[in-house]
Amino acid sequence: MATYTTNEFKGGLKIMLDGDPCSIIENEFVKPGKGQAFNRVRIRNLKTGRVIERTFKSGESVEAADVMETDMQYLYNDGEFWHFMHPDTYEQVAADPQAVTEAAKWLKEQDTCLVTLWNGTPISVTPPNFVFLSVSETDPGVRGDTSGGGGKPATLETGAVVRVPLFIDVEEVIKVDTRTGEYVGRARD
Amino acid sequence: MPATESRARPDWRPGAGVEILQLRASMLARVRAFFAARGVLEVDTPVLASGATTDPALESFATAYQGPGVGGSRALFLHTSPEFFMKRLLAAGSGPIYQLAHVFRNGEAGRRHNPEFMLLEWYRPGFDPAALMDEIDALLAEVLNGLIDYQPARRLTYRQWFVDETGLDPWCDSVAAFRAFALEHLPSVPESLPRDELDPWLYLLLTHWLEPRLAPGAVFVHDYPVSQASLACVRRQPLPVAERFELYVHGVELANGYHELTAAEEQAARFRHDNRRRQDAGQPLLPIDERFLAALEHGLPDSSGVAIGFDRLVMLAAGVDHIDAAVSFSLARS
Repeated sequence: MATYTTNEFKGGLKIMLDGDPCSIIENEFVKPGKGQAFNRVRIRNLKTGRVIERTFKSGESVEAADVMETDMQYLYNDGEFWHFMHPDTYEQVAADPQAVTEAAKWLKEQDTCLVTLWNGTPISVTPPNFVFLSVSETDPGVRGDTSGGGGKPATLETGAVVRVPLFIDVEEVIKVDTRTGEYVGRARD
Repeated sequence: MPATESRARPDWRPGAGVEILQLRASMLARVRAFFAARGVLEVDTPVLASGATTDPALESFATAYQGPGVGGSRALFLHTSPEFFMKRLLAAGSGPIYQLAHVFRNGEAGRRHNPEFMLLEWYRPGFDPAALMDEIDALLAEVLNGLIDYQPARRLTYRQWFVDETGLDPWCDSVAAFRAFALEHLPSVPESLPRDELDPWLYLLLTHWLEPRLAPGAVFVHDYPVSQASLACVRRQPLPVAERFELYVHGVELANGYHELTAAEEQAARFRHDNRRRQDAGQPLLPIDERFLAALEHGLPDSSGVAIGFDRLVMLAAGVDHIDAAVSFSLARS
């Protein structure tokens, strides 16, 4: 079993806590001039996304988490699982809804996503920062209105709903920032 | 990922910008002017010593001398504070002395810690802790003048501080009571803290509950538990307390002072006790500084002494929150 001591703690280190894989966000060394040293650590639970604070006695060890973040191509959804493929090895993994969560609404087949694997199983999926998706439903476009003022909701091919300018029409392909969920522009061929 | 930075050179620049280096220099000059005006002698004692502190909470860097005068090699330690040498000067009749010393503590690195840092340490024969606290206030007012507003520190006993913030009294309440408080109020408690020892729980609550709740401004906390006496003398009445104090400014520990223990026998017993605790914890045993004990036997004048973390003082004056920005080259840049 691989372990890390508190001296190895730093942002991004993956450790096991209470049976869940976690990532260290911030590690602070706290010590009175004459007295016990502690590491006060902010940690993200990679399964739930929850951020917690933990205090360790300096010098303690914790179990390392076998966590790998890797770029994978999204293949398809079978109604239950989202399937991803490693572009080099063609190895495939299936992610369940707990792993995909909000990312589901941005997933388009062939797109490359960042998949976090714990012991080889996906525990989270991060879509690309920008995705190109076609509009499947919106009010008819207003010709000539390129001011960008106002706006209207549009449902995209993946089911996501974003606010778009009035001139956008059904079947147009738009660029969306998945981190904010905002329309960025029209796709250029 | 593309290896775009494969040819990047290591960062050679200092952590402190030129403005902060200038600030440091002016603060050092003010410290020297302050003590010159008060007739306190600047001294300069060795960094390398044969004896080391036995304090289990401090780890000395160890090295060795080989060369003329020594067959084989002789163990030496980088000092964690200039205390032993300075007290030998006091015993030799130096009168009041101060020193700006680089000191070394292994295992300490973080936002407010660097394994090498600067202490401003001084000793005042004939001063009691209250008189020395007055002088610290005067020094800080002068060194920080025009940089940040410094008002004389409030004074609060360690006991009152705990009672105010936790409702618990370190002199009366049990380890179990402190543990229960920690479990109820802190987001997390290290599982390995011993359940039969009070001090680790006091340190946990101090760093995780009391310090973060300190009001802005300066406060002297004084009269510590006897178990944390270190090199301070103990006053027996009405409750036994160590005549030790700490200064916090805006929640940051800045200084540690003692009414200095002068009894050689008591000091030797504390060193032996420290080494027994080190042995129990699997830490290296350290050679007791016999020359320091001999100086105490000869006679140390009744004195109070204090050490201020000078780099933290610079952090405070410059408004930076990482020690790396207050010193030329921290460990990460050395």
